[in-house]
Amino acid sequence: MMRLALVLAAALAIAGCGEKEQVVVYKQGKYQGKPDNQSWANEPLPAEFRGGTWKQGDRTSWEESIKKRQLAQHEHRRIYQ
Amino acid sequence: MARMKFLCDAERCIECNGCVTACKNENEVPWGVNRRRVVTLNDGVVGAEKSISVACMHCSDAPCMAVCPVDCFYRTDDGVVLHDKDLCIGCGYCFYACPFGAPQFPQAGAFGLRGKMDKCTFCAGGPEPDRSEAEFRKYGRNRLAEGKLPACAEMCSTKALLGGDGDVIADIYRERVLRRGRGADLWGWSSAYGVKPGAQPPVQQPATTSGKS
Repeated sequence: MMRLALVLAAALAIAGCGEKEQVVVYKQGKYQGKPDNQSWANEPLPAEFRGGTWKQGDRTSWEESIKKRQLAQHEHRRIYQ
Repeated sequence: MARMKFLCDAERCIECNGCVTACKNENEVPWGVNRRRVVTLNDGVVGAEKSISVACMHCSDAPCMAVCPVDCFYRTDDGVVLHDKDLCIGCGYCFYACPFGAPQFPQAGAFGLRGKMDKCTFCAGGPEPDRSEAEFRKYGRNRLAEGKLPACAEMCSTKALLGGDGDVIADIYRERVLRRGRGADLWGWSSAYGVKPGAQPPVQQPATTSGKS
């Protein structure tokens, strides 16, 4: 009986020395909403709407088209050359 | 492709608010919601006035995405940060997290009922069928799916606001800076913050006396 009491007392005493990790580990959330289409998955607009021209579903051609549009913001290249 | 970004040239912005108007018109943004706005420092001080057009910066490590309790944000392959309004609960955490004040909340009613968050979409719509009526109603026009760039950048009269692939617009800006002819002083630490860290302040030249004295 005495031995059991000593073991319990020792266990309790040691438990006081333990330290739990108190730093919160944040987990990166994952998008829970609806899936979205890719821009290049659409057909280009008819020419009168002045949109880009690319091949439907082809990312590279869409990127080329949008890059042309981006360079139109460069007036040094657009006006002086 | 790199990521879609905005870049505003404070040397060129004339505070015309054309970008704000273009955004409002293109996306039919409701009254009280400003996806884009122009911020002016030293307003009215001759020679010291600087304006910059600010909207969602489509951060690579977006704090709004990190704090959203319902995980309604996502990033497209082009680096555009968008969100699902059907999932948004309008809690406003993203507004507190965003350093640019980009998230906007439509308010209605006598007690200012806060609606679902609205922000700049880089004219890329949202998670509805592209170029559909539903997408336009919730998120505005999807110009990227039309092969166009954001209306604000394309409408900018002085081309202060550039929009597009970060690499391409950075090249445009770099070339522009070089053409201004002020060399390294136009870009970098000394232009942004004055003197270099640890350097001595510039020596003040004595004022030239006028011919009268």
